[in-house]
Formats: sequence, C-alpha cells, structure tokens
Amino acid sequence: MSITIATTLDLKGLSCPMPIIKTAKAMKTLVPGELLEAFATDPGSVPDFKAWAKATGNPLVESTQEGGVFHFILKKKEA
Amino acid sequence: MAAEVVILGGGVGGTIVGNLVAKQAEGRAHVTIVDATGIHVYQPGFLYLATGLERAAALHRPESQLLRHDVMLVVDRAMRVDPAAHTVSLESGRQLRYDHLVLATGSRTMMEEVPGALDAHDFYTMAGAERLFKALEAFQHGTIVIGVAGIPYKCPPAPVEFAFLLDDYLRARGIRDQTEVKLLSPLNRAFTIEATSKLVQPILAERGIELTGFFNVESVDPVAKTVTSLEDETVGYDLLILVPPHRGQEVIETSGLGDDRGWVPVDKNTLKHTKFADIWAIGDATSIPISKSGSVAHYEATVAAAEIAAEVKGEAPPAHVYDGRVMCFLETGQGKATTIRFDYDHPPVSPSPARRWHWAKALFNKTYWYTVPQGRLP
Repeated sequence: MSITIATTLDLKGLSCPMPIIKTAKAMKTLVPGELLEAFATDPGSVPDFKAWAKATGNPLVESTQEGGVFHFILKKKEA
Repeated sequence: MAAEVVILGGGVGGTIVGNLVAKQAEGRAHVTIVDATGIHVYQPGFLYLATGLERAAALHRPESQLLRHDVMLVVDRAMRVDPAAHTVSLESGRQLRYDHLVLATGSRTMMEEVPGALDAHDFYTMAGAERLFKALEAFQHGTIVIGVAGIPYKCPPAPVEFAFLLDDYLRARGIRDQTEVKLLSPLNRAFTIEATSKLVQPILAERGIELTGFFNVESVDPVAKTVTSLEDETVGYDLLILVPPHRGQEVIETSGLGDDRGWVPVDKNTLKHTKFADIWAIGDATSIPISKSGSVAHYEATVAAAEIAAEVKGEAPPAHVYDGRVMCFLETGQGKATTIRFDYDHPPVSPSPARRWHWAKALFNKTYWYTVPQGRLP
C-alpha cells in the first residue's frame, strides 16, 4: 500500500507554539484517514506534536529527525 | 546638516528611541515622532484596569510630556512609507522625508477575525478593559472562560495573570464559590514558556482554575454561548474573555514592509529591516519570534537608538546588539508575583512567587512615567 501525503507543511524557522497551531489549522482541512506531513526546526515541536496527537486523537504516524530538521506525519482521525 | 530621523509610533519603544537618539546624536539628528493620538498609553495596566485595581486616568499621559524638548511630535496618522523615495505620507496630506526611519508601530487587535466573537470581552485595549470590568461588576455566578484566539499576542503570560487576578477579584466579592473559571490554552500547558508553566500550573489547580490544553479558539456561538476550538472541542460560557488575534499596523501592510500579517522582518540582533538599510523596526511591530512585550520594545529601542546615533555621527556601529533579552513580571494573585527572564542563548527562568516581585511590579507601574520613556533605565 502506498502512502499519499495530502498536505505538506514547511514549519522550519518557526518557534513554539506556531508549528502546532499551523498544523492544527491544516488538519481541519483533511478528511479522515488522510495524512499530513510537517517539517520543523524547533526542538520543542517534538514533545508538542506527540502531546497534540495524543490530546486530539489524531495518530502521530512518524516522528523522525535528519540534519536538525524534524519530520512528522499525522493521520486525521476517523470522525 | 542634521540627519532626519523619523519614528512612527509613540509607544514605549518609539518614545525611548526618540529621546535617546536626540541625546546621543549630539545635535546631528533632527528627531520626529509621528503618533496618531499623541497619547502615551501604559498597556501593562490594562490587566489591573479590567480587575478594578487601577483607574484608566493613571494609564495614559500626553506623549509631549515624555519627550525631550528637542524631539518633535507630529500628531497625525502615518498612511504610507515609500522606501525608495525615503518618505512617509501622513493622513493630513503632509509628507516627511527621512534619512533613518524607525517602525515602532506596535500591533492591533482583530477580534473581527474570529467568527461570532465580536461581543467577546478582552483586556487588550483601554476600552476593552473598561468594558470587561463593567461586565465583571455585573457578574453574579456562572462560568467565566478565558481563551486565546490567535498567536502571536502581546504579553504571553497575560491570560494566566488575568486568571489569577480574576480569582482574587471573585474571592473579594464573595462569589468565587458560585463561579467556575476556565483557562483555555493553545498548548498543553499554561502558556508558551515551559519552565514558568510548570511553576504556575500547581497554583492554577490550587485556586480551582481549570486549565484545558490544546484549545485554539476558532469560533464563538454568541447565542448558544459556546466557544469552539480548531481541535473541535466546545466549551460553554456565561462570560467570555478572549485574547484577540493580533496583526501589524495597516501602514506596514499598505507599504509592503511586512509579512502576510503585517509583521516587519528585521535582523534579530541589529533590528534593521531585512531589505532596507535605513529602516529599523522594534517592539510588537517585528516578526522576530520573541515575546511581544514592553520590555522587549524597551531593550530593542536602546539598541536601535545607539545604532542610529552612531550612523548620524559617522561612527562605527556599536558593539552591543539586541540579544533577545526579555524580562517580565507575572502576577500569581494573592499579593504575589514571579518574573520571567531569558534571551536568545539562555532559557527562561522564574523564581518562586513571592510578595517582593508583586511590590516590584507595583513600583515599576508607578515609576514608569519618570524612568522608562526617557530612557533612564538600561
């Protein structure tokens, strides 16, 4: 099964809490099951994305780091 | 010939820059401040006005009283900056030419950007704070909700401070038992700064203030009296207080000097515009990801003033640049407060709430008029 990303957000250079707020706004536009990926450079975004996913029920499918850039994939929860 | 230094905005930042450039340039600068009202407002006082602890009259003074005699005040609205022609057009039709321009235009609040929220209360303007206090005086029982409808906003800890001062107010009136106080935060903590959030969260719990995390206010239903978040949660209220969305001033947007929200991109150390070498921006007006607060405007103003004074005197730029310094007080209620201090290289630290910080803040509020605008404090 291939993974299709519905929306990609470039949040590099933004500091807390902007990455999570921009992500929350973008997630509103997705339909259940769709994926959103985000790239951020603020180290605080790692715990923030994890906590936001847990609090809102939208699963955090991936959270990785490469060369100082954090990469997240969130899945829109079923309605 | 003296250099023309024009400053847009007579708030804390603009006033300090004006006074310091006039002093440090040693007669080689002609300094003009353009301000739409000519009234200097002490915005940190709005929290106290909204909770009945201060009078509106104590929070404003004529800007002319705070300026050196050699700083010219023009009471007019700046409509457009032309960076190629080095001019500022004013509402009256007058045009000012500049050699050095400082954008100290602050921010404006935009409650109209939140669907259904036009009647929500706020403590971000003098009129808003006065109206909120009237509503509190009429309040008898029910649920008071405090939420955040947009980031960035002025003074990140203000919603938490307001919650504590509100708790004091309701206790003093003897109606705290009949009132639920709910604080809705955009993050999973009291506010952006983690260390200080950890310090104040137990105090919120102790005072019975319910904290709901990840609640980014999206819309209000004023008939059903509910507020809904981007995260699809809904909370009911009897009295709603929102931090309104903020954006830069119209003149910034009209002149194409800012980003999509009207915040001015500047070098985070020199505060010079990223595109124009003769334009600086300070305080709320910039897009630097740092607190929008009076202390930031104050520290940045001293840096911008020294740079401009050095340029007009033909000297090398000063070694001291803005290091991201922020210092603020945070009232925790019941006569105590803490402080928050940090800069680009040092994470925020806050001491345990104590009476001395509350008194230090009270003293600062009173002595502000004789020290800060004149640039007498470092």
